Amino acid sequence: MSTAASPSPAQWFKTLRRTRLGEPCLRTYLLECGELLKRAKAAFQAGRPIKESFRLAQLEAVVQMLVEHECDFVEALGRDLHKPRFETVVSELILVKNEALHAINNLKKWMQPQHVERNLSTTLDECVVVNEPLGVVFIVGAWSSPVQLCLVPLVGAIAAGNCAIINPSEHTPHTAELLHRLIPSYLDNECFHVILAGMNNLADVVELKFDHVFFIGNREEGSRVAQAAARTLTPITLVLSGKNPCYVDQQCDISTAAQRIAWARFHNAGQSLVAPDYILCHVDVKARLVHALKCCLLQFYGTDPQESRSFGRMVNLESFNRTRDLLWRSGKLAVGGQVIEAQKYIAPTILTEVMESDPIMQHEVFGPVLPILDINNVDDAIAFINKQEKPLCLYAYSSNSKVISRLMSETSSGSFCSNDSILQSLMVVLPFGGVGASGMGSYHGRNSFDTFSHRKSCLLRGTRFECVTYLRYPPYEDRNLSLMTWASTLSQKSQGWCQLL
Amino acid sequence: MERQAVKMSREAFLSGRTKPLEFRLQQLSALLRMITERQTEIATALKQDINRSQYDTPLLELIGLENEINLAIAKLAEWAAPRPVERNLLTISDEVYIQPQPLGVVLIIGAWNYPWAVTLSPLVGAIAAGNAAVVKPSELSECSSLLLRALLPRYLDQDLYPVVTGGVSETQELLKQRFDHIFFTGSGSVGRLVMEAASRHLTPVTLELGGKSPCYIDKDCDLRVACRRVTWGKFVNCGQTCIAPDYILCEPSVQGRVVEGIRLTLLEFYGADPKCSPDYSRIINQRHYNRVMSLMEGHAAVLGGQSDPSQRYIAPTVLKDVPPHSRLMQEEIFGPILPIVTVRDMDDAIQFVNEREKPLALYIFCSDKKAARRMVEETTSGGVTVNDVMMHYTLSSLPFGGVGQSGIGRYHGRHTFDQLSHMRGCLVRSLGMESVNLARYPPQDRQRARRVRMALRSPMIDFSKRTFVWAVSATVVAFGLFITLLVILLIASGLNCTCWYWHGFYN
Repeated sequence: MSTAASPSPAQWFKTLRRTRLGEPCLRTYLLECGELLKRAKAAFQAGRPIKESFRLAQLEAVVQMLVEHECDFVEALGRDLHKPRFETVVSELILVKNEALHAINNLKKWMQPQHVERNLSTTLDECVVVNEPLGVVFIVGAWSSPVQLCLVPLVGAIAAGNCAIINPSEHTPHTAELLHRLIPSYLDNECFHVILAGMNNLADVVELKFDHVFFIGNREEGSRVAQAAARTLTPITLVLSGKNPCYVDQQCDISTAAQRIAWARFHNAGQSLVAPDYILCHVDVKARLVHALKCCLLQFYGTDPQESRSFGRMVNLESFNRTRDLLWRSGKLAVGGQVIEAQKYIAPTILTEVMESDPIMQHEVFGPVLPILDINNVDDAIAFINKQEKPLCLYAYSSNSKVISRLMSETSSGSFCSNDSILQSLMVVLPFGGVGASGMGSYHGRNSFDTFSHRKSCLLRGTRFECVTYLRYPPYEDRNLSLMTWASTLSQKSQGWCQLL
Repeated sequence: MERQAVKMSREAFLSGRTKPLEFRLQQLSALLRMITERQTEIATALKQDINRSQYDTPLLELIGLENEINLAIAKLAEWAAPRPVERNLLTISDEVYIQPQPLGVVLIIGAWNYPWAVTLSPLVGAIAAGNAAVVKPSELSECSSLLLRALLPRYLDQDLYPVVTGGVSETQELLKQRFDHIFFTGSGSVGRLVMEAASRHLTPVTLELGGKSPCYIDKDCDLRVACRRVTWGKFVNCGQTCIAPDYILCEPSVQGRVVEGIRLTLLEFYGADPKCSPDYSRIINQRHYNRVMSLMEGHAAVLGGQSDPSQRYIAPTVLKDVPPHSRLMQEEIFGPILPIVTVRDMDDAIQFVNEREKPLALYIFCSDKKAARRMVEETTSGGVTVNDVMMHYTLSSLPFGGVGQSGIGRYHGRHTFDQLSHMRGCLVRSLGMESVNLARYPPQDRQRARRVRMALRSPMIDFSKRTFVWAVSATVVAFGLFITLLVILLIASGLNCTCWYWHGFYN
């Protein structure tokens, strides 16, 4: 348990205002956000979050919070997204715990200043890169994995020694409210705050001036946040959702591929940043793939997925309507297609004969609908992928390693995984982030620490040996320049050797 | 015209020409040749632009650039290779690595104070990372930008690396286009506009901005050397350096000696009349000249203060006892005026620095290493040099950049390559061993959840102290048991020995 002050009267009052468990908290107004930011800044300037012991204590508190309230998280996510317990524990809680433990084990090493290679003129000096915290960071999570997408960046921010203000998504009110209630009891009350600003107010909150903004979400909101950050010259990390292509080759073990694709696509009812969005399937294997996917779906969710405890629901009506429209206006229904509005339920659906111009290919599919496009060969697949915006993830299923290499080298994406999906985003050691329209910057593990740190270059010299330094001072003479130029030819043989400045 | 250049550059990039390392190496060598062969022309252009002395050019711009290119050529294969990472239990039989990839088309907007170094140094990194680049040198250093436009196409691929010259409207036109990264060096106000334009296309930026770089001179330090180094750093290029020490912080007791030290050094460097010295530069243009002169208003110079508008000459000027709230202390000077602000002691200096925006560089002159280290720890800035000025810029293994209002991102050496590449996380699996994966598929139960928990465990091997102690004691116990077993076996099998014993007994 951290040595935190008890929650402020305003927070208690807000808690009392709720009459039933799970009723969402009132929005945090801009003025209050400004106040919290001031408090966090004051706490940072007082030096609170910088000590290693403080960071370790906070990270351990995060782990403790997840362990002690596992049931609460499962329940909240169950209410928000009908998320099965397995998915909550594995894809949300374990992930955050792994990140926190990884940070705890490596914090000392990460905090060490790094000594760098010196050149001739700095041989007697100390050249180090010091990792410094930035200040107060603003973390905006997404609703598809509300716990993980808020807390994993928070772990990085804590490890780097910053204060943080978190904004869980308003679309998952129960989880947001749970975080809002729990975090003050486990983490330091001056350094870490949870606010519930709506999407429309995000730009205003960003303009209050943070030292770094971390945003996960969709492209339009990301763009608005980026523009607000630009107005205050705030560095920003964006992880934006998009359409993740998945190529299935003719040389491929179809049944295994189908199993992995089905799992990746339909977990959390398809509401995932990293799930394969559409499949580019080689014509020769399309029929087999559809059949295999059908069998997998039967195996996973039974004959009626609505009854299955392992299948989720759409987060809200707006999302439900949008996905349903896309589903009805595109391609041909091969599997599923049933919808029940009252439950925000859409059955796991597979569409075939989808054209590039169909509505489902123009928007992200944030639901359990999997369009399959026909493709004749790898070249066409690569051309198709390169025509679109750079995606967050790219997947390829093939037993031919040459095909995999080609796909990897001739396309670009935030991350890449062959013969599986999603796993590359669960690994603590791989940087996870976007490129181009899918975002900028990355996080996970050491990358989170680096994202939220400023790496300050330090050169510590002495004032002796002025006899060498004098060469750089005016009045300039030919002699001095010749000496310099001669010495710089030494650098042809071993780079960086000469800078006799 | 700008749109055309960007379009051609993108098409050239998409053709895949920049992918092979040989191509990148060839372009880098060509760039090196350009700098070495055309040195005189470059020096002449700089003399016309900013009255840079012929010795300053190689010293300040070209040697550094050559070193960057040589480093890139030597290390390119290493930088561009996939970087393997640690695996967990789940991925133990897979290939897991980070692959650097080019971003696409990079826009490089240069500055006028060191037109060649600041514009071409990011270009080196862009070429090394396999990008195409649109180079926009600053219009204020007119001769240099025109020379660059003439020279670059003769050495580098014309389509991939076009040079676009022009003023504000051409820059705005360029910023409307979509790039994959924008690298900007210049002032904070323009930097903000660049970032806003970039954010519309979700383009990442690297901004090398300025700020007021404080220079703290402790009373316990070799004042003569400190003054000499500060003077060099401040007045080289007539104070128009982004990392020049902007103002001095010192205790009132040493202020007089600091001024005297600077005066003696100025005599050494530029003689009695710096106007006649060939080594002293001029202000870039009339607008900046007026701006710097207006900053001096209301202050009496203790050294220098002379000026000549016809030559845009401002003498090296020192002002003492400058009040912290004066206009001079609010904006970056970027000229040959050195204010001295007095502080009570080092703690006061630390507070002074922390109250203001984070600077691009911080300089500390102090013979006490511990005290210097404390000041480094308790303040923040883009970079720090202790007991010298600007030198952290020259070491390419140190990442150079700002923080807060002084900039975003960093470069130099390998860091430019990393900044202008996309580090793509790659996981290459196989379709075999599906039985291992079965645990993750629905319908789930407790046993499967436990198995998955185990497989995702990170770190795979627990290196904590407790485990270490457990492992060591377990090894010792096991070793002990092994020895005991060996002894028993030896006794049992070495019946001869025991028989001998029994023999002895019965005999």
